[in-house]
Amino acid sequence: MSQAATMPIEERAPEPGLGIYNLKLGIWIFLLSEVMFFTALIGSYVILRFAHPDHFAAPGEVLNVPLTAVNTFILICSSVTMVKAYAAIEKDDQKGLKQWLLATIVLGSTFVGVQVYEYIHLVNDGFVPDAQAYVESGLAGGPLYSSTFYLMTGFHGVHVALGVGALIFILIKAMRGAYSSQRLGGVEGVGLYWHFVDLVWIVLFTIVYLI
Amino acid sequence: MQHGESAHPPYMMIWVVLAVLMFAKVGVSLVDMGRGMSIALLVLISLVSAVLVALYYMHLRFEPKKLWILAALPLPLIAILILTVIQEFR
Repeated sequence: MSQAATMPIEERAPEPGLGIYNLKLGIWIFLLSEVMFFTALIGSYVILRFAHPDHFAAPGEVLNVPLTAVNTFILICSSVTMVKAYAAIEKDDQKGLKQWLLATIVLGSTFVGVQVYEYIHLVNDGFVPDAQAYVESGLAGGPLYSSTFYLMTGFHGVHVALGVGALIFILIKAMRGAYSSQRLGGVEGVGLYWHFVDLVWIVLFTIVYLI
Repeated sequence: MQHGESAHPPYMMIWVVLAVLMFAKVGVSLVDMGRGMSIALLVLISLVSAVLVALYYMHLRFEPKKLWILAALPLPLIAILILTVIQEFR
């Protein structure tokens, strides 16, 4: 995210090599490790799907695409509220920071809530990672479908839940006046993480629900 | 953004584009245009959406070029993974 011209040396001094300050460099390196993590998951899913097409169902046959499309839209909305929070504190708008952070928390929590709701319905329908139970459910596909589905969406869901926790932490600090246009590294770091989680979901939604 | 640059990217415009792309993906998945074409379109739309988030919401567009290189580091590894998967099913 942007580096304000007025940033204090102690928090946002650019690292000599890359020209960005250390906190941001650390977040980016962490996110790159996350890219590889999710790539491994997606790669495994693609291999399994090609190798065992009989274990997977057509889009919408088992999974609730309309519900998840709405949930994806909610996560996209949370990205814009997050970036608005950052833009607010860049202008020293404390009220704006808190309002947009709160909106992001509400949207992020809604995303997790809808995902839990979806899981409950799927499990009730017999979409479980257990061969016997899956066969008895009469659903299209096989247990490999449910196993990979819960692994990928579950890991992402945990990332969103952790992100909501980090946002709550940031909001509490914001309420204590910890951030300003001179000191906004925390907001920027959590923001980068949040946008990354949104970015990953855009890809996951396509691969798991639409293809 | 670089020092001295105060204007923000058009966040709301990007949001509208992302929302339209997301619903376009759902539309593509519903239209019968052949599995290959459908997958290609869906992947393309997803990549465009992901790039928009990275460039404008993560502000990568306004970062030093060296960070671009750092951010691109996993891409060759992803390419190797994709090529390996394709080889597996030729």
